[in-house]
Amino acid sequence: MAVASRRVLPGFSLSLGITLAYLSLLVLLPLSAAFIKAAGLSGQQIVDTVWSDRARAAYWLTFGASFIAALANAAIGFLLAWVLVRYPFPGRKFLDSLIDLPFALPTAVAGLVYSSLYAKNGWLGQFLEPIGIQGAFSRLGIVLVLIFTGLPFVVRTLQPVLENLDAEFEEAAGSLGASRWQTFRYVLLPCLTPPLLTGFALAFARALGEYGSVIFIAGNMPYRTEIAPVLIVGRLEEFAYAEATALAVVLLLFSFVLLGVINLLQRWSQSYGN
Amino acid sequence: MSVVVENVVKRFGSFTALDGVSVTVPTGSLCALLGPSGSGKTTLLRILAGLEHPDSGSVSTHGNDLTKTNARDRDMGFVFQHYALFRHMTVFDNVGFPLKIRGWSKAKINDRVQELLHLVRLDGLERRLPANLSGGQRQRVALARALAAEPKVLLLDEPFGALDAKVRQELRTWLRRFHKEIAVTTILVTHDQEEAFEVADEVVVMRQGRIEQSGSPQQIFDHPASAFVMDFLGHVNVFHGRLDHGSPRLHGATHGSTAAAERPVSVAGEGTTPLYVRPHELDIERHSSDGSLAARILHINPAGPLVRVQLIDERTAKPIMVELSRERFAELVLLPEETVFVQPRQVRYFTADYSI
Repeated sequence: MAVASRRVLPGFSLSLGITLAYLSLLVLLPLSAAFIKAAGLSGQQIVDTVWSDRARAAYWLTFGASFIAALANAAIGFLLAWVLVRYPFPGRKFLDSLIDLPFALPTAVAGLVYSSLYAKNGWLGQFLEPIGIQGAFSRLGIVLVLIFTGLPFVVRTLQPVLENLDAEFEEAAGSLGASRWQTFRYVLLPCLTPPLLTGFALAFARALGEYGSVIFIAGNMPYRTEIAPVLIVGRLEEFAYAEATALAVVLLLFSFVLLGVINLLQRWSQSYGN
Repeated sequence: MSVVVENVVKRFGSFTALDGVSVTVPTGSLCALLGPSGSGKTTLLRILAGLEHPDSGSVSTHGNDLTKTNARDRDMGFVFQHYALFRHMTVFDNVGFPLKIRGWSKAKINDRVQELLHLVRLDGLERRLPANLSGGQRQRVALARALAAEPKVLLLDEPFGALDAKVRQELRTWLRRFHKEIAVTTILVTHDQEEAFEVADEVVVMRQGRIEQSGSPQQIFDHPASAFVMDFLGHVNVFHGRLDHGSPRLHGATHGSTAAAERPVSVAGEGTTPLYVRPHELDIERHSSDGSLAARILHINPAGPLVRVQLIDERTAKPIMVELSRERFAELVLLPEETVFVQPRQVRYFTADYSI
């Protein structure tokens, strides 16, 4: 090129080429394979597979539990991030590193630990069961492990933003006459909404795909505690590959739509937030 | 509203930021808290605003004790050094913020914001975001926002600190006129003595958490209370000298000084002391006379109303700065590298010892 390039990485065509090839290989190819495989079924077969009562119950549970877990993570994650950034206390570094544990721990282990804790004779279950709270082998249990696996997302997306939020803004709001709630509502929240939504979306997406931890605590009872991924695995075990991929495709489409919605929300909050 | 600070003490751990500070700022005046960094001036301003709470002492405006009052209930406008404009809000929303949270109606907010933006000469910029404004414009938005709810006192933390020299000069002049227009008691913090003198009616010089001197710019300039103030005001030659029966004498001067000395009688001291002479209080002579020092001319800067001559003390090799009127300069016909004699017309010295 005759013109001096001001880009850090050389070769736009090369780097874009690698990016596209990589994404195709890793994401697009398997995705289209799933679509093609599912297309091998007839229309009636597809409907029978993906829209049976059992399947719909599983979708409903998967999305419902994931949504609730992501909501809970957004709320608790916000609090955790706030505490970790705003308050100096002994053991803060340690607590901070604990947040990442769900990333490192095999989720199957988490599921196992949770189910043994909340089972009828477990440490927590023995107290909860008599008062009518069934933590293991129930929908509640599914939500609990999904909260666990999604914990780091909201905390880690909010933390840097909170750290960069100067205390001066709160002081300014206070000296202009704002109450603590007004300062939070008008000054802090608008800056924190975009990262909060990002964290929520990530936690939600993670929960939708979660399998390992859920199978241990859910009990996998059809119509009650069976999530969609379990249904897919069930089909795979019957060697009904096409049906399994058809279910997967439906799950994918739902996820796409939801993530699209969250992205729009994020863009909206950002344009409002900048 | 007059602002009274009494005996305020503030410590941060083992560091004493304010050590028994008392200040009274009369209603409607513009007061500058002047001092080097670490002198406690910003801490004092923050205590006035209620952003910091004193360990002891009190703050009151017009007889109402505010020491225990929250920042939000103090009726004071605070302009932060870096403005602290809300980045996600437009200029309009920033200025309207204090009104919105006070529950004003949309129409009233609109009127007031337009009025304020006109006052700070930012008409037509209400839809802009702070990121799209220049430093001087942001400063004025912050000012308009601080004034929106009609505070009784306006507090400015290093108002021109983050701006470049030219804008700073413009804003100083503007602030002076602006203060006349709004007539709100204003207290500003600065480390720039020129700025303080140019803008304020009342200057409070602070040092290490204490007040070194307060008064009108003229009082402070003409009668600095201590060597610290003298040094801090800058543009001063420091000579080694001594007190000879209470009258100052420059080391190396040919004979006893004939210079008038500030407070020559009150001190019955003897011995060596630094002597302070401002550049315009020095004269240059062709011939040695009583009390003059031999010096070599280094450089002559004739640009400006006064001719500035840099010299070197022949004996101590210390630089000396002299400002001569154009007439005197023309009369002397000075050239670089010439040896001449420097004669002080007025000398200051301070008994409470302070050394740099």
